[in-house]
Amino acid sequence: MDVGSVLSILITSLMAMVPIVLTSVGAAWSERAGVVSIGYEGVLLMSAFFGAIFAELTSNAVVGLLGGVFIGILLGMLHGALTVYLKGDHVIPGIGINLLAMGVVPFGILAYWGTAGQHQLPHDAQMWHWRTPYGELSPMVPVTILIALVTWWVLFKTPLGLRVRSVGENPEAADALGINVEKYRFWSAVYGHALAGLGGAFMSVDWLGLVHKTMSGGRGFIALANMVFSGWNPLVSLIGGWLFGFFDALAAWLAPKHIIPGQFILMLPYIMTLIIVAGIIGKARPPKWDGRPYKRE
Amino acid sequence: MKKSGSESLKSINLRPFVESLIAILVGFIIGAIVLLAFGYNPWSAYYWLFQGALGSTYGIASTLKYATPIMLTALTFAIGTRTGIFNIGAESSFYFGAIAAVIFTNIWDNMWFGLAMGMLFGALWALPAAVLKVYRGVHEVISTIMLNWIGWFFVLWLIVGPYANPNDPNKTIRIPVDARLPIIGYGLSIAIIIAVIAALLTYFLLWHTTMGFGMRASGINQKAARYAGMNPKMAVMWSFLIGGLLSGLGGAMKIMGEGPGYAISQGGANIYGFGFDGIGVALVGRNHPLGIILSAIFFGMLRAGTALMQAQAHVPLEIIKVIQGIIVITVAIPSLYDLVKKAIHRGAA
Repeated sequence: MDVGSVLSILITSLMAMVPIVLTSVGAAWSERAGVVSIGYEGVLLMSAFFGAIFAELTSNAVVGLLGGVFIGILLGMLHGALTVYLKGDHVIPGIGINLLAMGVVPFGILAYWGTAGQHQLPHDAQMWHWRTPYGELSPMVPVTILIALVTWWVLFKTPLGLRVRSVGENPEAADALGINVEKYRFWSAVYGHALAGLGGAFMSVDWLGLVHKTMSGGRGFIALANMVFSGWNPLVSLIGGWLFGFFDALAAWLAPKHIIPGQFILMLPYIMTLIIVAGIIGKARPPKWDGRPYKRE
Repeated sequence: MKKSGSESLKSINLRPFVESLIAILVGFIIGAIVLLAFGYNPWSAYYWLFQGALGSTYGIASTLKYATPIMLTALTFAIGTRTGIFNIGAESSFYFGAIAAVIFTNIWDNMWFGLAMGMLFGALWALPAAVLKVYRGVHEVISTIMLNWIGWFFVLWLIVGPYANPNDPNKTIRIPVDARLPIIGYGLSIAIIIAVIAALLTYFLLWHTTMGFGMRASGINQKAARYAGMNPKMAVMWSFLIGGLLSGLGGAMKIMGEGPGYAISQGGANIYGFGFDGIGVALVGRNHPLGIILSAIFFGMLRAGTALMQAQAHVPLEIIKVIQGIIVITVAIPSLYDLVKKAIHRGAA
């Protein structure tokens, strides 16, 4: 393998890292506050679709990215309302959001653009990239790293973060101290889904420049695995997210070489995720009240 | 006998049934709004949907045909939920059931052997998630989703590689004629009967056997089950294995019981998505095998009606998936019944 290939894999891995890291960081924040969601797969897919529409309507990729955030916020409010205020199960609404995305996106692509399954974005709706001899790099890469850093700092170094963690660890004590448990949980869920929304829109208007009906490709779940791997720590999830991005990029680089059947290469990121989660999870401990509804006595 | 009969009658609670009906209604209403937003006529769409599903003997037969695989994958999810596990792995166990049926009926040309191998491989593919859950504490949602993707690519390789049909590379080799499931009529095979029997057996297992009691008890409270001398670890293992077995059976019957081709089509198109649909079926059926029989037939209606809906009302069939998703989200609303009742009272006052 020559230096050029290595650099090109590294650059692709940074791009592939973005949706995983954004989603893991958001999920980590949300679960620190006690709200579990497995609907990020659907959030990624739907925000990729709606983000593309926003970007095309305005011919502006940044509006597309913000549109993705907007969709994430809406879905986060839905999830937060069901789990935090109505005290419902945390897993089932996520399944519902994932199923909804599997319908809305293929239907939307067909109904809106009249093409089946896939739509290429016009050039003016796509994000600008830094061009290097070994591939293109989006400004969203440093933005993602910054978001992970800031989220970590707020979560662990500020009073706001302390309150968020307290409603996930010990809501009774937090409540006794006058912290509004439901409010913190609800907005934490919204923040988590908003970051996933940004990640989804990144895939369509920035990284790939297209919408495809299965483009989330399990990344929502890989992000959850990465969150567990990183011990619910946004900073560590940068490393895990980059590792996944690396295997993603390696798979894309190996696939046309026909050394082994392409299907086996495409399995790689999922196998690695499984091995990493299986190897590491014994030590990881979720926040104590993660996924448990809190009812005031 | 008599006592248990009257007991189960007493335990029939109409509330979950009504809640599911409300969710279905909400799904159709929001679906209609989406259709209007994209410039389609919802009346005409729904009219042709139900015309296609129930308007003819052929429609009813295809409703039941579509209900079959999702009834089995729904049972997988339901057994999981009853034992406290969110098993999303029905999807890939289904693939393995289908490919095992193709492989093994071509080794020994026998229907029962094909079904047995489908069940065996469906269960085997569920095993890693079970072991990871019990011995490493890996959350089953993550492991089963990863296994779904790994299984998908593996089966895809078998489809285009070793088991591709040399005369028609768009398909795998076929199920031999003697190993196919007998047809009842209108393209409907005995698969539906086997699926209903599987649902009844699942019901019997969970509610009328010691093993099923242990499984449900560990689903409600692991600690209490352990104190009562049960083994929640084994309950989880059985839950995954029986779940995988049922989905494997579904995958095998999908290929052994349905033309055209009696083979897995290019890109696995005719074996994809049944596990995910099964989750919706299970939730609407309230994770109860008898509820699942009904809700599978309802979801089968939605699928069977789409062809006519697309042809006559020119509505993309994906709208059905939108409606399904909304129904599942609505089912997830706790105490939906009370909320609706309150709203109705407020409206009346």
